[in-house]
Amino acid sequence: MVFFSYLFSGISLGSVYAIIALGYTMVYGIAKMLNFAHGDIIMVGGYICYCSMSYLGLPVLLSVLLSMAVCTVLGVVIEGLAYKPLRQASSLAVLITAIGVSYFLQNAAQLIWGVTPKIFTSVASFPMPGDLNSLGLSSEAVVTIASCLIIMVALTLFVNKTKMGKAMRACSEDKGAAQLMGINVNKTISLTFAIGSALAAVAGVLLCSNYNTLIPTTGSMPGIKAFTAAVFGGIGSIPGAFLGGLLLGIIESMAKAYISTQLANAIVFAVLIVVLLVKPTGLLGKAVPEKV
Amino acid sequence: MKKTLALMLALAMVFALAACGGNSAPAASEAPAEEAPAADAPAAEAPAAGEASGTFKIGGIGPMTGDAAQYGIAAMGGAQIAVDEINALGGPVQFEFQAEDDQAVADNAVNAYNTLKDWGMQIMVGAVTTGSCVAVASEAYTDRIFSLTPSASSTDVTAGKDNMFQMCFTDPNQGKAGAEYITSNFPEAKIAVIYRSDDAYSVGIRDAFADQVKDSIVYEGTFTVDTQTDFSVQVAAAQAAGADVVYLPIYYQPATVILTQAKSIGYAPTFVGVDGMDGILDQEGFDASLAEGVLVMSPFSASSTDDLTVSFVNKFQEAHGQLPNQFAADGYDCVYAIYNAIQAAGVTADMSNAEICDALVAAFTADDFSYSGLTGEGMTWSTVGEVTKLPMAFVITDGVYVKP
Amino acid sequence: MKKLKTTTKIDFATYAGVTLAFLLVYALQQGGSLTNAMKSWLVPICSFIVMAVSLNLVVGISGELSLGHAGFMSVGAFSGIVTAMSLTNAIPSGPVRLLLAILVGAVFAAVTGVIVGVPVLRLRGDYLAIVTLAFGQIIKDLINCLIVGYDSHGLHIIFNLDGLRSVSDLHMEETGVAIIKGAQGAVGVPKLSSFFAGYLLVMVALVIVLNLVRSRTGRAIMAIRDNRIAAESVGINVTKYRLIAFVTSAALAGAAGALFGLNYGGLLSSRFDFNTSILVLVYVVLGGLGNIWGSVIAATVLYILPEALRGFQDYRMLLYAVVLILVMLATNNEQLKALLGRLIPKRKGAKSNG
Repeated sequence: MVFFSYLFSGISLGSVYAIIALGYTMVYGIAKMLNFAHGDIIMVGGYICYCSMSYLGLPVLLSVLLSMAVCTVLGVVIEGLAYKPLRQASSLAVLITAIGVSYFLQNAAQLIWGVTPKIFTSVASFPMPGDLNSLGLSSEAVVTIASCLIIMVALTLFVNKTKMGKAMRACSEDKGAAQLMGINVNKTISLTFAIGSALAAVAGVLLCSNYNTLIPTTGSMPGIKAFTAAVFGGIGSIPGAFLGGLLLGIIESMAKAYISTQLANAIVFAVLIVVLLVKPTGLLGKAVPEKV
Repeated sequence: MKKTLALMLALAMVFALAACGGNSAPAASEAPAEEAPAADAPAAEAPAAGEASGTFKIGGIGPMTGDAAQYGIAAMGGAQIAVDEINALGGPVQFEFQAEDDQAVADNAVNAYNTLKDWGMQIMVGAVTTGSCVAVASEAYTDRIFSLTPSASSTDVTAGKDNMFQMCFTDPNQGKAGAEYITSNFPEAKIAVIYRSDDAYSVGIRDAFADQVKDSIVYEGTFTVDTQTDFSVQVAAAQAAGADVVYLPIYYQPATVILTQAKSIGYAPTFVGVDGMDGILDQEGFDASLAEGVLVMSPFSASSTDDLTVSFVNKFQEAHGQLPNQFAADGYDCVYAIYNAIQAAGVTADMSNAEICDALVAAFTADDFSYSGLTGEGMTWSTVGEVTKLPMAFVITDGVYVKP
Repeated sequence: MKKLKTTTKIDFATYAGVTLAFLLVYALQQGGSLTNAMKSWLVPICSFIVMAVSLNLVVGISGELSLGHAGFMSVGAFSGIVTAMSLTNAIPSGPVRLLLAILVGAVFAAVTGVIVGVPVLRLRGDYLAIVTLAFGQIIKDLINCLIVGYDSHGLHIIFNLDGLRSVSDLHMEETGVAIIKGAQGAVGVPKLSSFFAGYLLVMVALVIVLNLVRSRTGRAIMAIRDNRIAAESVGINVTKYRLIAFVTSAALAGAAGALFGLNYGGLLSSRFDFNTSILVLVYVVLGGLGNIWGSVIAATVLYILPEALRGFQDYRMLLYAVVLILVMLATNNEQLKALLGRLIPKRKGAKSNG
C-alpha cells in the first residue's frame, strides 16, 4: 500500500518535471540552445496567473490564457532582444545570455512582486474518486499528466503534420539549408519561442498548483531538474521529455522512500549518469551520425 | 490583423502587470500611524548613565536578493523602523543605519562587511543567516566591532568571540525547548522529524532535539534546497510510521508545502514548528485552515495586542505592505537592545570602535542589564553571547496565534 | 636576438601584466589607499582568476562544456581546510600550512577529476555538459554529509549518509576540534590566505596552463577539439589528451578552492553550487574561449561588478544582469567588431592568439 503511495508521489512529481521538460526540449530541438531562462518564464507564468486570479478576480481558465499570452509575448520579446542578435555567435555566448536573462527575470520579479511567498490556489483541485487521494494521487497530478499527454500529442502533430512544423524540423536539421529553401529561419525560431513560452506558462500554473508556494526563484530548481529530465529522455525528443520527466520523478521518490532522503538528489543524478553512459543520447534520443 | 493582435497582447500584459503592481501599495492606510513612538518604546531596566551621546553608525548585513531574501529584507526592515523611532525621539543618541546585501553567501557577507567598514560602521546588526554570520563574526572579532545578530542561531556564531551576541535562541536551546514541550504535553507521542539537511539552522535544532527524545522518534526525513518542492514521500512515510507528532525545525515556506501535502492525503498529526515557522500566516493567499492546530514555538506573534507590538506591526505594514514576522521583530529588538546598552554604558560616538565594543560587551553581560522588547521580556545575555529568554508556544487557532 | 613567436610574446605579456597589476595593487595596499572593501576582494579575485583560467582549459582549449567546475573547487576547499586545521599544532607557520593545504586540495581535486573524467569524457556536447552538472550536484551533496574532527589520535571522519549523525558521533577527546560539521560547514577556519599567496597561485596556474597549451600535448588537445576524427586518424590518443586537460583543470580548481576556503572564518558546502559553476563559465565565455589573459581580466572585472553596484541597493543584481546581457550582445555584434577592426589596425598573427 505504502509502495503505491510512493509511486503516486513519484508520478505526481514526475508529471511536473515532464511538463516543464516538454517546453525545454521543444526550444532545444529547434533553436539548438540551452535556454536556462525557461525556468524563470515558468515563474513569471505562475505570478501572472496568481495576479489575474487574486487581484483581477478572473476565472481560472481566463487566467491561464492570460498567463499564456503574457509569457508568449515575453518569450518572443526576449528572443528578439537577447537571442536573435546572437544567431551567428557561438552557442556558449547564447547560453551566457540566457543566464543573464534568467538573473534579470528573477530580480525583476523580486522588485515587482516582493520576496514573501505567495500562496497559489490550485487551479486543478477537484475531489478524486475513492481512496486515490489518500494514496497520494492528487487531482493536480491527474490534470498535469492529462495536460502533458495533450501537449505531447498536439506538439507531435504540429511538428510532423503542419507546414510550420516542417519548417521547424528543417531549421533543426540544418539552418543554412533551410534558409536556402526559402524558409524564414528567424520567424520559425521566434515561433518556437512563442510556443515554448506558452507551454512554460501552463507548466508554471501546474507547478504552482502542485506545490503551492510562489517566490521569484520558484522556477530555477525545477528548471534544472526538467533540463535533466529532457536530457534523460533524449533532448529534442518530445516523447522522450515526457518519459524522462516521469522516470526522474519516480526515481526521486523511490530514492527518498527506500534509500535516503538526504541523497535523493544525488541518486537521481547518479542514475542519469549511468543511463547516459550506457545510452549516450538519452533514452529516446536519435544518435546523429558523425560527419567526417 | 497581426498588429491588432500584438496590441491586444501587449495591453493584456500591461494590464496584468499593473494589477500586480497595484498591490504593492500598502493596504494598511486605514490603520492610524503611531505618531508618538516614545510611549511605546521598549523600556531599559538598566540605569541610564545619561552621558551617552552622538550619532552611531550601525551596519546591517543580510540577504536582500536571491533565495533567502525574504529573511534579510524582514530583519533589516525591522531594524530600520527601530532606528527611525529612536531618531524621532530626538535624544542625544542618534543612529545612522545602512544595510548591505550578502545573498546569504559567506564571502559576499565579508565583502558587505568591509563595504560597511568603509562607510564607517561602528556597530553591526547581522548577519542574518548563520553561514554568513560565522564568516563575518571572525572578521568583526579581529576588528573589535560589537555585533548583535538578529537571527543567526548556531553556537558556532558566538563560539570564541566575546563581542558577538545573539538576539534569537541558539539552535540547541530551541531544540531542547521543543523536546521538553513535546515530552510534557504529549508524553506518549510517536515523533517524526522532517528537516533540511543542508541548512545549518535546521540541522542544529534537529541534532539537539533528537538528542533529547531519541527513543520516541519513529521517522526522520530530510530534504535539501534542491528537493524542497515536494515532500509527499516524507509525509507518507511519517504517516506509515504512525507518527502522531511531526516536528518541523524548518522555515515556513517548505512547511507550507508539507502542511498542504499532509492534508491532501488526510494525515492530521500535531505539527510542531520552530521560530522559523513564524510568518506562515502572513503569506499572501495562505489558507489558514491548513495551519489549524499547528504549534509554533516562536518568540514573537504579530497578533499580540500589547501596545509595542501593535505599533510595530502598523509601522511595518505601512513600510512593507505586509505583517512582520519574527525576523523583523528580532531586527527591531537588536537596535533597541544596542540603544539601551549604549545608554547604560554611557558610550559616545567619538570613541574608537574597540572602546565602544568593550563598553557594550560589558554592558550586555552586566548583571543588572536586561531588555524587554517584541521578542521577550527581561532578556539577558551570557558572556558567551547567548540570549536567555522564554520560548513562547502558540497554537494557531482560526488563523491567529493563541497561547495554549 | 632571435625573433620571438607571437604566442610567446602574448604569454610573456600576460605574465608581465599580472605581475604589474599585482605590484600596483600591492603598492596601493601598503600605501593605505585601498578601501577595506577593495582589500577583501583581492583573495577571492585571485581564486576566481585561477578558476576561470582552469575552466578555460576545459571549455576553451579542450572544447568540452563543463557545468560542474565548482565541485572541484569544493573538494579542494574542504580538503585544504582539513589539512590546514589538523596541522595547526604540528606546523605553526601559516604560509607553510597554506602551501600544504593548496597542494592537498589540488591532489584531492585531481583524484576527483580522474574519477569524474574517465566516464564523462566518453560523452560529447550537451550530454557531457549535463553529466558534469550531475557530478557537481553529487559532490555538493556528498560533502554536505561529511563530518570531520581532529584530536590527538588524528582525524575522525564519518559520512552522515542517513542524516542521523552529528559531531558527537565522532567520539573525539574533549580537546578535539570539529573541522567540518556536515551541513553546518567548516567553522573556526584560520585565515591563512593572503593576496601575495593568491598572486603566486595565479602565476603558477598561468605558467602551467600556458605551457601546456603551447606544448605538443596542448596542440594535440586543440587538434582533438577542432576535429576529433582527423586527430584520431593521425594517431592521437583522444581519451588520454582530453583527460590530461580535464584533470589539470580540476587540480587547479582544487588549489583555487583551498585558497578561497582559507580566506574565510566559515564555509558551507552549498556555496559551491550550480550557480558558482555558471558564474565561472560566464568569466570564461566573456573573456573569450581559449583566451587565457581574457579570462584573467573577465574574472577580475565581473567579480568587482556586483560589488561596485552596491550603491544601487535593490536594483544591484538587476543591473548586473542587464550589464551581462549587453556585454554579450556588444562583444558578438558584427558591426562593433568591424568598427573596432578599423580603429585598431590588424597586426600579423593578431587573430591567432588562441
